[in-house]
Amino acid sequence: MPTDVASGKRPLLSMRGIEKRFGALRANASVDLELSSGEVLGLLGENGAGKTTLMNVLFGMYSADAGSIEIDGRPMNIARPADALDAGVGMVHQHFHLVPRHSVLENLMVGEPGRGLKLDAESALVRLREIASRYGLELDPETLVGDLTVGEQQRLEIVKALFRGARILILDEPTSVLTPQQTESLFRAIRAMATDGVGIIFISHKLNEVIAITDRLAVMRRGRVVAQVENDATLTRQKLAELMCGHPILPPEKRPTESGRTLLKLAGIDVELGPDHRRKLSEVTLDVHAGEIVGVAGVSGNGQRELAEVVAGVISPSHGAIEVDGQAVHASTPRGMQRLGVAHIPEDRMGAGLLTTLPLTDSVMLPLAHKSPFSRFGWINRKAVRKFVLEQIEKFDIRTEGPDVRTGTLSGGNLQKALLARELALDPLVLVAAQPTRGLDVAAVEFVHAQFLKLRAEGRGVLLISEDLEELFAISDRIVVMYEGRIVGDLDASVTTPAEVGLLMAGAKAA
Amino acid sequence: MQFRLETRVRSPAWMNLVLPVAAVSITLVICSGLIAAAGADVFAAYGALFKGAFGNRFNFIETLVKAAPLIFTGLAVAVAFRAKFWNIGAEGQLLAGAMAAAFIGAREGLPAWSLVPLMIAGGAAAGGIWASVPALLKVRFKVDDVVATLMLNFVMFYGMMALLSGPWKDSLSGYPDSPDIRMDAEFPILLEPTRLHLGVLLAGVGALLVWLLMTRTTFGFAIRAVGENARAAAHGGIPVNRVVFFTAVLSGGLAGLAGVGEVAGLHFQVMATLSPGYGYTGIVIAMLARLNPIGVIPSAIFFAAIATGAETMSRATGVPVFFADVIQGASLICMLVALLFTQYRVRVQTLARNA
Amino acid sequence: MSDIFEQIFQIGFFTAMVRVATPLLLATLGEMFSERSGVLNLGIEGIMLLAAMTGFSAGYFSGSLWLGIVVAAMTGIVFGALMGLLTVTLGLSQHVSGLGVTLLCSGLAFFGYRLVFGQPSQPPNVAAFESAPVPLLSELPVLGPILFDHVTLVYLAFLLVPVAAFVLYRTPWGLNLRTVGENPHAAASAGVSVAWKRYQALMISGALFGIGGAYFSLAQFNAFTFGVISGRGWVCIALVVLGRWDPWRCAFAALLFGAVDALQLRLQSSGVIDLPFQVFLLLPFLITVVAMALVARNARAPAALLLPYRKEER
Repeated sequence: MPTDVASGKRPLLSMRGIEKRFGALRANASVDLELSSGEVLGLLGENGAGKTTLMNVLFGMYSADAGSIEIDGRPMNIARPADALDAGVGMVHQHFHLVPRHSVLENLMVGEPGRGLKLDAESALVRLREIASRYGLELDPETLVGDLTVGEQQRLEIVKALFRGARILILDEPTSVLTPQQTESLFRAIRAMATDGVGIIFISHKLNEVIAITDRLAVMRRGRVVAQVENDATLTRQKLAELMCGHPILPPEKRPTESGRTLLKLAGIDVELGPDHRRKLSEVTLDVHAGEIVGVAGVSGNGQRELAEVVAGVISPSHGAIEVDGQAVHASTPRGMQRLGVAHIPEDRMGAGLLTTLPLTDSVMLPLAHKSPFSRFGWINRKAVRKFVLEQIEKFDIRTEGPDVRTGTLSGGNLQKALLARELALDPLVLVAAQPTRGLDVAAVEFVHAQFLKLRAEGRGVLLISEDLEELFAISDRIVVMYEGRIVGDLDASVTTPAEVGLLMAGAKAA
Repeated sequence: MQFRLETRVRSPAWMNLVLPVAAVSITLVICSGLIAAAGADVFAAYGALFKGAFGNRFNFIETLVKAAPLIFTGLAVAVAFRAKFWNIGAEGQLLAGAMAAAFIGAREGLPAWSLVPLMIAGGAAAGGIWASVPALLKVRFKVDDVVATLMLNFVMFYGMMALLSGPWKDSLSGYPDSPDIRMDAEFPILLEPTRLHLGVLLAGVGALLVWLLMTRTTFGFAIRAVGENARAAAHGGIPVNRVVFFTAVLSGGLAGLAGVGEVAGLHFQVMATLSPGYGYTGIVIAMLARLNPIGVIPSAIFFAAIATGAETMSRATGVPVFFADVIQGASLICMLVALLFTQYRVRVQTLARNA
Repeated sequence: MSDIFEQIFQIGFFTAMVRVATPLLLATLGEMFSERSGVLNLGIEGIMLLAAMTGFSAGYFSGSLWLGIVVAAMTGIVFGALMGLLTVTLGLSQHVSGLGVTLLCSGLAFFGYRLVFGQPSQPPNVAAFESAPVPLLSELPVLGPILFDHVTLVYLAFLLVPVAAFVLYRTPWGLNLRTVGENPHAAASAGVSVAWKRYQALMISGALFGIGGAYFSLAQFNAFTFGVISGRGWVCIALVVLGRWDPWRCAFAALLFGAVDALQLRLQSSGVIDLPFQVFLLLPFLITVVAMALVARNARAPAALLLPYRKEER
């Protein structure tokens, strides 16, 4: 507000008093926000602070409970995405809204009027070429979107927004899927668009990037905008971080431990999936020792998920050998790997981890129900189960109304605690954790990290797969880097730098 | 003012009773329009229906006898749907069980005492084996279970009719019927001189056993986990394909028992009209019971009552007997809608919107 | 052996194939539209049966068979919309909703027929559609009788194939529909109403089921019986999979099934093979299962099939 008044410009966008509730949660609490033409506004906040909700309101995906939106000084009633598009608002979602089986051009033409009865491919092609050349966003119109890289898919999302004449472009966590190098090229496109007068809202929780690209910052916490600051020389990361969390951040404490015997050994693992035998992992060789946290870095989709699933026994390698604590693994199954001492926190905790539609008890008991004392000869001991679940709720401070509450009604952090509780109850030698802190608030992240460090101190091993380099550097002993299904680097975490890891993630050393 | 749906944290137990009753009541109100269309008095017609189903001891017991196969097919569907194995094939599995029972029950070489247990075991096995076909097709070849079980119903029905018109035809009968089973193979009557036979008791016991299986055993737990989230179940160490397969076999076995009861307790032979769609009615029964095995019993009795009552009603008022079929379809849909209330509660709220 | 072949594969066989395939083609295309939008419409069997009844009744009393077809289509649209209410608006299980619609429609068909016609000793019938040979083309040797000597509905059904392909692949409406069935979020963020698209697809599917059902009672058997559909609707669910959700391939699948059906009819009547006729009746169902087992592994259904779409989900 102060900026626009001072410069005398009329804001391109002005949101006032936006309210949005989900049940008891006040996701947006009387939020005011303004954006000028050609401005890059950083919208900063922790996960769950209300950034995405606010942008979904602006884009008409959610309807606000109260508040008003003005564009170019005209009040807008944005009830549906179609209204937002008409008003010149475009959004690039964190999860891409693309159809993998359609071509680039087809994805662009969705929702567009045709010429007469037919689709108007010719004029779409012309517009695509024009946008591509103006902002350096090149794409082949005939390629199927499923064949594009993640970076190209994001480019398509941006092109899609511009294609529809967006003057306000919302980018929701756009760099989370990019390498540092790809991020640079995204930033070039952002600058080109801003020069052209597009107003850009850049949502992120990565402080470095926000400082690098934005003109101004709005910080959200618990559904409110708690600060709006100019991005000038006086702005520091530390100051931003404190605005975001409301308290100073302490790095996790990591005591040195002796790394011991090899708990998990992968040798020359190949994985091919699907009817067309797509190669997902190639000659992956990796050790995890006792008392060690091995971080796995990589841009999403470079085989990390398959790595986790091979170790967890969910998918079988087509070649190669796995050993757990010196024991060779034949024909692996999840239960077989559990018996050998491998626990697994899957990346998709709602889809692959928990039973969201069933009571919390069922979710917690999933890998445990067949074990003593929870059952004998297939007959469940309900008393023992209940006692155990209550204990876990207590021990892990899982916030819930009780063990028979539907699992899906718990918050993200509590879901992850429940998952962690049950996997640790398997008493694992090795824990494989894929993106274990994604979407969690700071307190929950701290809790999860503390658990990992505890495992490490107890002489167990952790294989931590994460796209968050800060996290990897904070708690790993070693960092391996994956690129196109291969391990392209195995580095000592205390020696290497984010820049080195970033280069490897981009495939700089790949043949 | 605005209505909005809020997610429920848990669904209260009283809903298990209230929702089906509400769904059925609404169905009966909606369907009274059909009675009026048939030119009958709504209250007189429902009165006749009720009397036909429960009006005297004889009618009540007939309703129970009718409920026996429905309890079994209801259980079959309840078990399968829990695992999201869409078994629409209870009809065919029932026929498989009935044929096995009729075949075993007519064997002269077997000792008399062995007939009833063998029929029960053989019928369950036949139903289970017939259900294992679509289960294998789903697990191995990814064939849609709905399509496979439906197709196999027709294969089984026409296959049975082919046998009954050919090699298995009773030479003494002018119809495509199988020969009668031996007297020793008939289920004992529990209450002379009615038709209340052992199968009715078996159905009740079966419901109890299935309930114990579903709520108290690790297999039941695995079935629920696989049905609600197969991926999470797999990650959690449950062998999903094996669970789906054995759930299907169990489901088919239960449907097979429905056929055994009809042959051994009621008809003593297999014929074209053996099942007037008990397998499909099982779907409605299971849904109304919210897939709870104990709930299947009252649910099955209700639809048995509608079926027996509809005949009385039809004779008394001229409303077509197919009224019972409409009730089935309509109550399934009403129940589905009612189930929304287990997930959501409706909140009415007034909003201040300054737009 | 060659005798059998000569007896069976005459021109009449291929004519019968086209005739038998027509109602299946209509219903298969209908199901294809609804599945392309992301909704499995298991109401198919019941809607076909009910529409066969309403269409027949309308044709019988008005004397106009075409009015019967229109009434059948309207019946289908109404119950397609009901399917939409259940699965789209309320987001209920597509499997159970579809079965519910089928059970309801079947009940209504039986009830309605008994209400309208009572229990006559002779089932009432209509003078069915008459064959309308295409001038000149029907004179062609071989192809003439096979392709161009049918009732008008047959031509319309087959003309619908290129129309459906054009609509699906070449028009904005079709692209939006396919997007809704693949990734409803992508469609919604492009300003397409997911719910309305799915309703449209379901109503189209209902209309085509209805016309397909009425084909049985007005063109094929010229009467309504309780077994007039007897599983043909369910078969179409399989045909959509075999046809890989593509209009041309669906037509091919329908013709293939028509051939199997025509073959079993011929085998039944030829008496070459001495088996109870029910053996031939079960063949098409058995072959459908086998065909599914062969192709299902590689079938790629629309990605959002069976998934309800809710806007405000968290």
